[in-house]
Amino acid sequence: MRNTLLICKKELKSYFASPIAYLLMAFFGLLFGFAFFTATRDFVRFSFQAQMMGQQQPMNVNDQIIRPLLGFASTIALFLVPMISMRLIAEEKRTGTIELLLTSPIRDIEIIVGKWFAALALFICVLGMSMLDVAMLFAWGKPDLKPVLIAYLGLILQGACLLAIGTFISATTRNQIVAGGVTFFVCLLLWLLSWATAFDSSAVTQVINYISIVTHFENFSKGVLDSKDVVFYLSMIFFSLFITSRAMESLRWRS
Amino acid sequence: MIKVEGLTKRYARTVAVDDISFEVEKGQIVGFLGPNGAGKTTTMRVLTCFLPPTAGTATICGFDVLENPMEVKRRIGYLPETPPLYPEMEVIEYLTFVGQIKGISSADIKKRVDEVIGRCALGDVRAKLIGKLSKGFRQRVGLAQAIIHNPDVLILDEPTSGLDPKQIIEIRELLKALSGEHTIILSTHILSEVEQSCERVIIISEGKLVAQDSVANLTNRLRGSEAVSLEVEAADGHPNPTEVQGRLEQVSGVSRVMMKDSKGGRLTFEVESLQGRHIRAELARSVVNSGWNLSELRAVGLSLEDIFLQLTTVETKEDTKEEGGQK
Repeated sequence: MRNTLLICKKELKSYFASPIAYLLMAFFGLLFGFAFFTATRDFVRFSFQAQMMGQQQPMNVNDQIIRPLLGFASTIALFLVPMISMRLIAEEKRTGTIELLLTSPIRDIEIIVGKWFAALALFICVLGMSMLDVAMLFAWGKPDLKPVLIAYLGLILQGACLLAIGTFISATTRNQIVAGGVTFFVCLLLWLLSWATAFDSSAVTQVINYISIVTHFENFSKGVLDSKDVVFYLSMIFFSLFITSRAMESLRWRS
Repeated sequence: MIKVEGLTKRYARTVAVDDISFEVEKGQIVGFLGPNGAGKTTTMRVLTCFLPPTAGTATICGFDVLENPMEVKRRIGYLPETPPLYPEMEVIEYLTFVGQIKGISSADIKKRVDEVIGRCALGDVRAKLIGKLSKGFRQRVGLAQAIIHNPDVLILDEPTSGLDPKQIIEIRELLKALSGEHTIILSTHILSEVEQSCERVIIISEGKLVAQDSVANLTNRLRGSEAVSLEVEAADGHPNPTEVQGRLEQVSGVSRVMMKDSKGGRLTFEVESLQGRHIRAELARSVVNSGWNLSELRAVGLSLEDIFLQLTTVETKEDTKEEGGQK
């Protein structure tokens, strides 16, 4: 545990010692802020129109602003994850510092979990930029808090899951660009898988639908906390980190 | 302290280390000598639990590298060929991190870091980013990293490569100071390095152990196989070099004849003997009996360098013979 925290602390420091952490936070903040601005402007315009026309359509901040925005955030996460995870292990392999870690009295899994944890912490920081905008809705409106929290939990779980896959990919190469590219490809593929299943419900597509990481986010974004989805994410994380440790081990036996 | 038996490491296509056995006593400095690609780094990586051996065993302080890697790792300090440094960290921050993952408690860490900073003369750069340090300082940070947890065994892969002569001397003195309390294995392809700082030498070439002995013994052994320089004159003033060389090669006990010089009808040869054979008398007799004049006969001392070359090139000669035989 102590070792995991040490590795995590070191990783976080190097994220924040390089521009990458600040760049990701700034870009995400800008993109989300722009999306927030347009979504809120449209919402306000519609509500004015509705009042002038005398229509009493129920307007809901949760459904019409927060939910699509966090859905948008979950898509941006697909781009963020490769940029965060690509250097994790590939970089250490390239510079040779992996030799220091692997000849120190710490276990492989402590290294892997520490690194993944640091990546997740950075991801949460980046995601935190969106809270600035969402907090404004709470300041001037009365959205429900619970579905918002559940949606954020979903975003974090989905990010944690993709980061675990990214960590595995980073462990299989010494080239950061390759690690980032492949992770990006896998993220997009998992996203596209959910499209294939839109109007089909055969057994195969149901399996594909189940594997597609983004489909599990849908329930969260509706504010529904389903243990099925939580179990899916946790088991994916566990599985990815486990194969990462296998990959590290095979590195020793093969190289 | 370190015991290696029948160690073999095979990669997908090549055998990097082939059946090496050696032992190192506590407190010794051992030089691991071999040309580039001989298997030095691989052997060290096995000893540090970075790579598992394909066959054979290696134990450090009685712990096997495969069965008890954690105990082994606690007891070794390792400086790989390129020091494992994080350029974005400050020296003091880096050493603290390494000390902590090596298992030093938070109570002792500050004291230990200060100690190695003093020992490796890093005081002036303690708050600098590692990425901004010169090569010599980086090497010293690497060394500081290896000794921070006061390990029983120090394994250093080419600790002086790429340093200027002054820095080499500094590192060498540091190693001498460390040798009392630590057992040190250092690899190098520079012979003078071994002559100066090691008590024992292990020479490997193409993955095989060629020789292991104390530096003094090895130098004696060189004398056991003697090298003779001799100058031959022909009575008519025009000796035939190939004829003389052929005759010298026929003398029993001669392993190698090289012509060094020929001027004014004088030919200079350097002749090396096989192990433990005295050839001077025989050589003289052979030259005189053939009707030439022997104008000079002198024993030449072999340096560690010569022995090394001899040992490692004899090896390749045998190899080519074997290959020829297979055809």
